[in-house]
Amino acid sequence: MVLKASPSSPPSPDAAPPSRRAVPASLAKLGSAEVIAPVIVGGVALVAWEAAVRIFEMPAYLLPGPLLVLQTLIAEWPQLFPSLLVTLQITVVAFIAATVSGLLIAIVFTQSKWIERSFFPYAVILQTTPIVAIAPLIIIWLKNSTFAALVVCAWIVAFFPIVSNTTLGLNSADHTLKNLFHLYGASRWQTLWYLRLPSALPYFLGGLRISGGLALIGAVVAEFVAGTGGARSGLAYQILMSSYNLQIPRMFAALALTTVLGVLIFVGLTVVSDRLLRHWHESAVQREN
Amino acid sequence: MTVASLAISLHQVDKVYANGTVALQGVDLTIPKGEFVSLVGPSGCGKSTVLRLIAGLGEPSEGTIEWGIAKRDRAIAFVFQDAALMPWANVIDNVHLPLKLKGKSLRESRSAIQAALNRVNLQGAEYRYPRQLSGGMKMRVSIARALVTHPSVLLMDEPFGALDEMTRSRLNSDLLHLWEQYHWTVAFVTHNIYEAVYLSNRVVVMAAHPGRVVAEVTIDEPYPRRDEFRTSSAFNHYCREVMAHLTGTGDEFLSAPVG
Repeated sequence: MVLKASPSSPPSPDAAPPSRRAVPASLAKLGSAEVIAPVIVGGVALVAWEAAVRIFEMPAYLLPGPLLVLQTLIAEWPQLFPSLLVTLQITVVAFIAATVSGLLIAIVFTQSKWIERSFFPYAVILQTTPIVAIAPLIIIWLKNSTFAALVVCAWIVAFFPIVSNTTLGLNSADHTLKNLFHLYGASRWQTLWYLRLPSALPYFLGGLRISGGLALIGAVVAEFVAGTGGARSGLAYQILMSSYNLQIPRMFAALALTTVLGVLIFVGLTVVSDRLLRHWHESAVQREN
Repeated sequence: MTVASLAISLHQVDKVYANGTVALQGVDLTIPKGEFVSLVGPSGCGKSTVLRLIAGLGEPSEGTIEWGIAKRDRAIAFVFQDAALMPWANVIDNVHLPLKLKGKSLRESRSAIQAALNRVNLQGAEYRYPRQLSGGMKMRVSIARALVTHPSVLLMDEPFGALDEMTRSRLNSDLLHLWEQYHWTVAFVTHNIYEAVYLSNRVVVMAAHPGRVVAEVTIDEPYPRRDEFRTSSAFNHYCREVMAHLTGTGDEFLSAPVG
């Protein structure tokens, strides 16, 4: 029956959301082949790595086996965990700053074509400048607070995808809907709030997923350049110091922590994105065919 | 027709776009209050442009549009060819939109929304999202969104153009039934001659290059119009008359069967 709404669904709020999607797609997939297959690949690779290290009797300062890395990680946890928190803190602050500033800048851009034309090239320049090259400058300029300097570096790397994606999204609102809003006398603010921002949401979330990882990379790169020691040293400092001291298993352990952090950020943002889009956007909708 | 009964009147309206395209030239068109007028014509004859100008989405390059309805009473609703629903909002929120833009909360608008949904037979679909609806249902939501403001003027731009024939004729009957109840002034753009004849008091035939009005055919058939009208000889007569004016315009209607 195409013409009428199906009479079987009662007009009550409980009937509203499609019940087949109680959990986000990303979590529902945990038990599926999509997840199991790469886990098996990872497991086989780790076993092969461990076997190769033992068979060829590789010295630990050249290539430690995964078991040794794990042992080191546990043994060094009291030193590595605080560093993890420092890097996480820089990443999170930079990411939040990038999200807020990126969103606001994109909104300002789309309010006037001239503002966008005048300023967008400079956002591109900021993005294409290698962060390694300008990090020392920023650290010198902000010499009173290394933390602030590191956050600024990570922010520079992270904010462009959000600006760029959100600007695209805000400009991609459906033309007919824009006409409709105009016809019903919507104010600029209403059009932004009820039409442009929801239209931009999938793009914005796509930008967030890229920026989450970039904020971490920016933080690590900046830490490398800053090379700060002491109590507030991040994972990059641990990687650097371990390699200077030829504590290669410890270096691997810190590296593994960095990677896990990056993956967790990505997975977290993907879950958030799926949650927000699951009712309407193709990217988050599960289909039978 | 008396002056008071006039709803919309276009005098010698030209529309030239910035790229030099002449969309309309010297269009005269009067639509009395409560009349159902269809605009038919080949692609590029400017029939959609006429609606957009009436709606205020753009200004005529030359000529004037006069209204017989005071500005504050002039509730215009527009139904586009594609249903133009917000994909992130469910049916209720989509129908709420025109009222929300006037500052009315969902709570205040609730009964008006439900009444509009009932009128287009969408009870039970309140919490569905557009992607869960068929083409016909989406168009019903779009019409409900137009009705929720209690419009006096309904502008419809090929609203059923993308639907299959069954759905289209069903929606035609429903639309006509609603019109008989509410007496809106309707300007209805279509390229389907049968649809135009079945629905309208008057069919305005347009030609392209440049867009202009070439003929007006009054469909002198009382309402309510039953389904039998569609197969009557009077209906065929009107269709042939409209067709004759269209073929005079020498366009796609010559080669392609309409329907």
